[in-house]
Amino acid sequence: MAGLKINNVSKSFAGFNALTNVSLDVRDGEFVAILGPSGCGKTTLLRLIAGFEKVTEGTVTVDGNLMSSPSINIPPESRRVGIVFQNYALWPHMTVSENVGYSLKVAKVHKTERHRRIEEALALVDLNGFGDRRPSNLSGGQRQRVALARCLVSAPSLVLFDEPLANLDVHLRASMEDEFASFHKRTGTTIVYITHDQAEAMALADRIAVMDKGVLVQFATPRELYEQPATKMVASFIAQGMVFPIEILSAQNGKCRARMLGHDVQLRCSSDQKVIAPANACIRSADIELVETGGIPIEIQRCIYRGGGARIEARPLDGSDLELHFDLPEPKRLKAGDRIQIRVISGWVIPQEYVS
Amino acid sequence: MLTQTKQRQGIDMALIAGVTLVVATLSILPMGRLVFELVMPQGSFSLRPIQTAMGSSTTWTATWHSLQVGVGGTLLSVVLGTSVALLVSLTDVRAKSPFVLFYVVPLLIAPQVTALAWLQLFGPASPFLKLVGLAPALGSRNPLYSTTGIIVLLGVQYGPLVFLMVRAGLRKLPRELVEAALSSGAGRLTVLRTIILPLMTPSIIGATALAFVSCVGNFGIPAFLGIPANYLVLPTLIYQRLAGGGPAVLSEVAVLSFLIGLIAIAGILAQDYTSRRRDYRIASTSLPAAPFELGGWRICFEILMWSLIVVVLILPILGLFLTSLVSAYGIPLNAKTVTLANYAFVMFDHTAASRAFLNSFGLSIAAALFAVVLAVPLAYLVTWRVRWWTNFLNLSVELPYALPGVVLAIASLLLFLKPLPILGVQIYNTIWIIFYAYLARFLVLAVRPTISGLHQIDRSLEEAAQVAGAKLLYRMRSIIFPLVAPATLAGGILIFMTAFSELTVSALLWASGSETIGVVIFSFEQGGDSNYAAAISVLTVALTFILMLFTSLFARHLPAGVLPWRD
Repeated sequence: MAGLKINNVSKSFAGFNALTNVSLDVRDGEFVAILGPSGCGKTTLLRLIAGFEKVTEGTVTVDGNLMSSPSINIPPESRRVGIVFQNYALWPHMTVSENVGYSLKVAKVHKTERHRRIEEALALVDLNGFGDRRPSNLSGGQRQRVALARCLVSAPSLVLFDEPLANLDVHLRASMEDEFASFHKRTGTTIVYITHDQAEAMALADRIAVMDKGVLVQFATPRELYEQPATKMVASFIAQGMVFPIEILSAQNGKCRARMLGHDVQLRCSSDQKVIAPANACIRSADIELVETGGIPIEIQRCIYRGGGARIEARPLDGSDLELHFDLPEPKRLKAGDRIQIRVISGWVIPQEYVS
Repeated sequence: MLTQTKQRQGIDMALIAGVTLVVATLSILPMGRLVFELVMPQGSFSLRPIQTAMGSSTTWTATWHSLQVGVGGTLLSVVLGTSVALLVSLTDVRAKSPFVLFYVVPLLIAPQVTALAWLQLFGPASPFLKLVGLAPALGSRNPLYSTTGIIVLLGVQYGPLVFLMVRAGLRKLPRELVEAALSSGAGRLTVLRTIILPLMTPSIIGATALAFVSCVGNFGIPAFLGIPANYLVLPTLIYQRLAGGGPAVLSEVAVLSFLIGLIAIAGILAQDYTSRRRDYRIASTSLPAAPFELGGWRICFEILMWSLIVVVLILPILGLFLTSLVSAYGIPLNAKTVTLANYAFVMFDHTAASRAFLNSFGLSIAAALFAVVLAVPLAYLVTWRVRWWTNFLNLSVELPYALPGVVLAIASLLLFLKPLPILGVQIYNTIWIIFYAYLARFLVLAVRPTISGLHQIDRSLEEAAQVAGAKLLYRMRSIIFPLVAPATLAGGILIFMTAFSELTVSALLWASGSETIGVVIFSFEQGGDSNYAAAISVLTVALTFILMLFTSLFARHLPAGVLPWRD
């Protein structure tokens, strides 16, 4: 077990900057998810940690040992890093046991010891008795578990997951999520988990690193990401937050008064938030409530029935092209074209230094 | 940790250096030697050989003949191959798989065997024509000893080559394109003319170029049909010059082989030029279009197709077989004259012939094995370790096979005429020069299927082994080779079949003691012993069939398109 330290890493491919100055400090035994839309550089980051790509700038350190720098690149086969691949990457010409025991065979572990450890690893993923099967005779979930066992067997210091649930159906996803969580609990291994699915990341990770266009945008706990997004991108990417322009009137002790869409609102902010205009606020749909008078007038654009409630999409009437959305429980029935008034009861001021 | 990095780079560098060295030795070195001979004949600058070769009228006659049969054979094979491909791919004719199997066979039979078979079928001594009472009078001229004869046989030989390429193109034709045209109100023939054929032009152009290069470079057919009529093409002219003049005329025939290489390259460049202007890339992959129903015409087309098989395959092989059973030239076949003596003679009594079996067997097995071993690391570099120079590596491997066989043969002669430097070993006039040329020429036949095999394998399978701690050579052995082995081995079998009865290269490189089967067939036929030649040919054809059937046994483990005869 070991911590992972990524220090100011940049990677460019023929002039294209895939990663720019990424720094990430993963603690020993921590479960970190790397989250971002496709093309954000998260797979490149994983391949750098594994050693398949060389860094252009910066260093990667595992357990205090330097793995990558512009001049040094420890080959993947010497890093003792485990990977669970997106498509499992099970070798079709080997049985389950041979797949699982491959790294032990490479390390010339004695046969009886090898068998014991293969059995142990298969038991850990609940696949006792599957050793003689071929990967082609297994279901998707079973293949995933074989891949997990193969990665466990050599007790790697660090395990990388490359979108491991992307190829599974919805039901299997939920049960594999549980499996990963209990795997992490049992083994205490440091895990770096790549995904583009925020629900997955929120459910599993101790901390989440959000990436966008090759840059690490925010590295924080799931709750912090939701409640205190550092940038507009994080605000709108996590749980589809709305971003509204505001004008800060006063800020003190993490609370601030601001003007939004011509109305005064009370928002949360960081303790060192300065009074500046203009700024942006992240509003969650739970921060919006309907009022009869004195609120912000809006016009309903669309009303999507969601079973037991409805999601409302609307526009403010002041002519700006902002879009609002929030959920309403029944029996309030609204339809497109209706005009109503709302009040914003809370929100988060996106820190000024990140405003892009 | 630092030492590990260095160690790994060491293994990588060794692999790259080894593969590059092999490719350089097999491709760049001989071709470079040939070009060097043009500029510096026999080691000093002179334009004399070029002047002699270009000043001779036989050169220009042979060039003209080469173009004649090249263009004629290409046209015939394109028309035949494309029509058959359209019929098989687009219509509801029955029994497609056995038809494809039989139609592709001529491609796997050595050209000189095809030539011999047809000669035996149509000649005045033909036991078959005698059986059906149609034989021309003895002493009359065989109609195949002519330009038309050569063109017809080239068309028969390379029609399947065109067929395979056009069929591969038609398989990728998305059915939506056809259905969209049909629902716009176009009839079947209009769809064929306005949609399918235009979309197939890249395949057809590519196939045309390949057929042209093969026709121009062919030695077996013009050697059997042209030399008796004193109709020389460039490859046979080279053969005759060299047979008559020996190493003294090497510089001059180097010019001739360069000339034929130029013609071949011109064909490839013309294809490149025309297909670049017609880039109809078909991106989508979908189900093939529903076959056009031929209705009442179906049976007519089926009869036509199987008649083609009878004419291009069954009858010639039958003619060959019957000839191998009669005791002497011109004798009609009946219960009294039928004999297996020809087989016994070539297998046991004739020393050169029985030696040739061993030679060809050893040569083709060795070439196949070496190629299989070399193909995996080579294909690995080309597909999974792509650098700016790996494509060049791939092209270099293709070159000795893409150019006519005589070019490589002359290049090998030039390279090994003198003993190897430093070692002082003489390869010229031994079997080793043939082995070298076979390996150089056929290596690509194992590399191509290995590359397509690797393209179908997910790279993460290797990366998973890498994170498991396996070093390059161990990964190569435990993961990469087992995964591509079926494709590579199929390539090896293809090499074996091609090399076993090969003639073009060995006709120029053989010496007493290193005869190959192709050479022995050729010598028997030239000496008038068609019966012996036929007996050996029947044996090689039988071997080819057996190998085809054997390889089909593990065909389901192969990437599509590796075995040409599997539909």
